[in-house]
Amino acid sequence: MTDLSVHVQDGKHLGEGAYAAAPSWRDYVELLKPRVMSLVIFTGLVGMVLAPGAIHPLLGAVALLAIAVGAGAAGCLNMWYDADIDAIMIRTRKRPIPRGSVAREDALFFGVILSVASVLIMWLAVGLAASTLLGFTIAFYLFIYTMGLKRRTPQNIVIGGAAGALPPVIGWAAVMGTVSVEPLVLFLIIFMWTPPHFWALALYRNGDYEKAGVPMMPVVAGKQSARAQILLYALLLAPITLMPWFLGFAGLAYGVTAAAVSAIFVSLAGEVWRLGRKDEQRADRAARRLFAYSIFYLFILFFALLAERVAGWLL
Amino acid sequence: MTDSQNVTRAPEFEKNRKARNLAIALSLAAFVVLIFVITIVRLGPGVLDRPM
Repeated sequence: MTDLSVHVQDGKHLGEGAYAAAPSWRDYVELLKPRVMSLVIFTGLVGMVLAPGAIHPLLGAVALLAIAVGAGAAGCLNMWYDADIDAIMIRTRKRPIPRGSVAREDALFFGVILSVASVLIMWLAVGLAASTLLGFTIAFYLFIYTMGLKRRTPQNIVIGGAAGALPPVIGWAAVMGTVSVEPLVLFLIIFMWTPPHFWALALYRNGDYEKAGVPMMPVVAGKQSARAQILLYALLLAPITLMPWFLGFAGLAYGVTAAAVSAIFVSLAGEVWRLGRKDEQRADRAARRLFAYSIFYLFILFFALLAERVAGWLL
Repeated sequence: MTDSQNVTRAPEFEKNRKARNLAIALSLAAFVVLIFVITIVRLGPGVLDRPM
């Protein structure tokens, strides 16, 4: 919604439709959710590196840029659509639209332009498979997750997690022009990681989601049920993280690393559940620890895959 | 004198607008360069090699 009120600053009339301070380019960068973008770039890169094909390094870099811009565009469109609930939640109320730095339709325009540009560049650089997947990911995040699921069901981030899990598949497709079982295993790792990651956040931000009317699992099913489901997902995820090793596209170093970091993840998830039966406050602190660790966990898993492959090239 | 002739903008407004316009210009230039580079890498010298 464009702010059409007349702004006055220091007694000066700024004109209709003007903002007291015009949005700076930093506000637009913020619309792209740079922190989410960095994890997407990283998992996309791992998908590319693991693919047993060759790609011109420049085209590889362009494909990665397209993944980054596409992910940013999806984040921007999410902020456009969710501006009303973002304004209610403490975690999101300082985002550019709710704080009044960027007009809502400007964010929409920015997101659409970047979406189209990223898909087009991907298509020109590496071909149809990767660009179709990128377009599908952006559309899925906006139409299925943001518009369809987020405000309707506690399974929102379970199904919506597919969008965040696709970047390594896109990376793989950028190199190979097709998709096979290996990138789907990487997809499955991120897909199964997403619910415990977001539910850990929702546990200690429960009030925020409740106030905004977002039916996150702890809001709908109760906190202890969400804790049990987090533990269940952590237990299911652990063997899935070992699949790259079992299937032979990762080695022992990855297998040992995955087993170790997964054991810690399960133990932290177990602690959240155990404390939840006795002490809410301590359980919330444990959920905060689990959330922080979950980011490190996914990063280490993908870093181990990357490091092992790069070491294999060098040695 | 009408109201619109009295409009003055805060210096920060002008500064931000200038920086944003510059960012848009640079992004457009980068987009053009990117398309050019992709074309050269993908087609190489063949970019000029087509039947007339």
